[in-house]
Amino acid sequence: MPEAMPHRAPVWDFLFGRLTLDSLPFLKPDLEGRIVLVTLVVVALGGVAILGYITKKRLWGYLWHDWFTSVDHKKLGIMYMILGTVMLLRGFSDAIMMRAQQAYAFGPQMGYLPPEHYDQIFSAHGAIMIFFVAMAYIVGLMNYVMPLQIGARDVAFPFLNNLSFWFTFWGAILFMVSLFVGDFSTAGWLGYPPVSELQQGPGVDYYIWGLQLSGVGTLLTGVNFVTTILKMRAPGMTMMKMPVFSWTALCTSGLIIATFPVLTATLLLLSLDRYLGTHFFTSGFGGNVMMYINLIWVWGHPEVYILILPIFGVYSEVVPTFSGKPLFGYSSMVYATVAIMILSYLVWLHHFFTMGSGADVNSFFSLTTMMISIPTGVKIFNWLFTMYRGRVHFTVPMLWTMGFLFTFTIGGMTGVMLSVAPADFLLHNSLFLIAHFHNVIIGGVVFGVFAAVNYWFPKAFGFKLDESWGKASFWFWLVGFWVAFTPLYIMGFMGVTRRLSHFDNPALQPYFIVAAFGALLIALGILAFIIQIYVSIVRRKAYAVGGDPWNGRTLEWSTSSPPPDYNFAFIPNIHARDAWTDMKKHGYRRPLEGFHPIHMPKNTAAGAVIGVLSFLCCFGLVWYIWWLAAASFVGIIVAAIAHTFNYHRDFHIHAEEVREFEHTGNWQAETQGARA
Amino acid sequence: MSHPSSPGHADDTLHVHQGSLRGYLTGFVLAAILTIIPFWLVMGHVFDSHWLTITLVLLLAIVQIFVHIVYFLHLDTHSEGGWNMMAFIFTIVLVVIVLGASIWVMYNENANMMPMSPQYQRSGDS
Repeated sequence: MPEAMPHRAPVWDFLFGRLTLDSLPFLKPDLEGRIVLVTLVVVALGGVAILGYITKKRLWGYLWHDWFTSVDHKKLGIMYMILGTVMLLRGFSDAIMMRAQQAYAFGPQMGYLPPEHYDQIFSAHGAIMIFFVAMAYIVGLMNYVMPLQIGARDVAFPFLNNLSFWFTFWGAILFMVSLFVGDFSTAGWLGYPPVSELQQGPGVDYYIWGLQLSGVGTLLTGVNFVTTILKMRAPGMTMMKMPVFSWTALCTSGLIIATFPVLTATLLLLSLDRYLGTHFFTSGFGGNVMMYINLIWVWGHPEVYILILPIFGVYSEVVPTFSGKPLFGYSSMVYATVAIMILSYLVWLHHFFTMGSGADVNSFFSLTTMMISIPTGVKIFNWLFTMYRGRVHFTVPMLWTMGFLFTFTIGGMTGVMLSVAPADFLLHNSLFLIAHFHNVIIGGVVFGVFAAVNYWFPKAFGFKLDESWGKASFWFWLVGFWVAFTPLYIMGFMGVTRRLSHFDNPALQPYFIVAAFGALLIALGILAFIIQIYVSIVRRKAYAVGGDPWNGRTLEWSTSSPPPDYNFAFIPNIHARDAWTDMKKHGYRRPLEGFHPIHMPKNTAAGAVIGVLSFLCCFGLVWYIWWLAAASFVGIIVAAIAHTFNYHRDFHIHAEEVREFEHTGNWQAETQGARA
Repeated sequence: MSHPSSPGHADDTLHVHQGSLRGYLTGFVLAAILTIIPFWLVMGHVFDSHWLTITLVLLLAIVQIFVHIVYFLHLDTHSEGGWNMMAFIFTIVLVVIVLGASIWVMYNENANMMPMSPQYQRSGDS
């Protein structure tokens, strides 16, 4: 804090704003300081090792030219997935710390985390898991799969796609920096006032600017994907012939466009309160704390459907593929998705029934909340009927899907329980609520992401993931989830509230110990996943597959694995749903002559540059380093304008190069046989 | 210049409405009339009832919005294969939901608040 160093020269204040040596928690001699110091050392060693490895292998040029500046939707998709996995490790470390604290902070034993530190951990855990794990994962999946499914060569705005990634990436870095420089918000994952208004120091500002950066990135992604799906589908692919995953990507992107501006505006008002002394969300001077809670949930509830809709799309691809049947009830699946998209905009008040809107308002939102379970139920039955009398292959993606069907249905039912307003008055802010939303987000979104990774990994890299480690990961996650969260359901019924770092009643301790054990099982699940990736990379020769390893049904399986930069040498004409199945049925032969040059977007450094500048700008704003914020803001504007003068944005892949790849690429065995 | 990434097949649904002089003039005349009437209603004290005046002005404002959208922004059911209209209706629905329901919710929240002393409400440090 600046007041702790009254004799600092003004020039230092100018240069570093409110950033002082006291802001560095790892220099403090207490336990919290030592925890951060150890983390810092581990992260620094790991970072140095990775950077050293890249330098030693001379990979910087490759990374810069082929990845960081890439506008290829496939590479951006993979980078999003890596970002999501790294942030999953961070968010999960927070979870383990909370479980450890709650497992033994009883009675005289205060645990190892002071309340202030514990509050930062649960705030960071929630915000990171939603914004930088779940969002990064679903945007990564949509990025990789959707253009391939609709027969497009890239997204509508490839540069924007790259820029979106860097905004999200630097938002995540801002969150990570808060670990070592300053502190983090203690106001929960949604930054409720009055805590977020009154908390001194940079914590809430880290939260605000990290979310603003990633929020803008997500909004641009939404615009990009809607345009791509509406304008760039292969000829013949009418809306009702589009794969369900692409349908869900469209609905999710529509929701993103509709809701993320609300988040941006709400956080902007909060930052005006904090920086300029306005009173939007105070109790005095005409402000209203409840308005923040209303607005943040206008964004927040559609957000959870933004997360789950593409994952419903994933299951709708996995189930038909591994049941050897077309999806049961395609149209009802589409209409259910659209219905969820509209209804998700009508339920937000169920997050604050207890704020006291009165019976009429609460009943309305209670009913809409119950209604949204109907289209969701339709989907569950459609998946079950697709499996019914199908030839079900118990592959890893299918295991995740069946784990989802079981887990998510129970999570949905506890959600309907919470939607009953009088019941919610008992369960609000209890561990029952915590168990419920982890039940739908882990059992829905996370399981679906793992299903998707196992399903599309061979497409992206040309080899399958190891089955045994994949199954180990699944069982650890599934069992771990239930061991970790069943005690929370039980304690929720007993009235135990969330976000407590210490308990007096020793009767609760066994439940928390069981929950901590469950978290350890999940840790093993994550470890098994990482080993699965590692083992598969090592054995990639043995696991190599062609373009269509699962006998897939949609267009992405008609390309080689990995697909060429241009995705399709000839854009196919679509005559049916499950376009690739239709093509295979009619004895499709891939053309091997008569290629044309292909018009493609060129890589650009503008996204990476604007990303770094926006990070510096936000860092300056967090610490009141005004010169840095102003200079980098001007830099962003200049870089954006300069980019508009870049007229060398496109190039042609020569017909010869296309021919070369089409003859040597990794297609499925039978097509290669037919060619010989 | 078409965007680098758009392959040719994306352009065949493109339908750009250029508008005509006649259309712009119609729009201008309608917009002018719809602006003059409210001024006349207010400045000429045409009605005794304030509420009637306000209601009429608001209704004319809504008509004005549609005149702008049709004649100046060229929104019709054909542009971009109907998707512009779809997006427009979606936006209207969401805006109505968010604004309408927020006003309804906040009105009820405020009405159900515990009474506070005026002094407490005014102080900013609570």
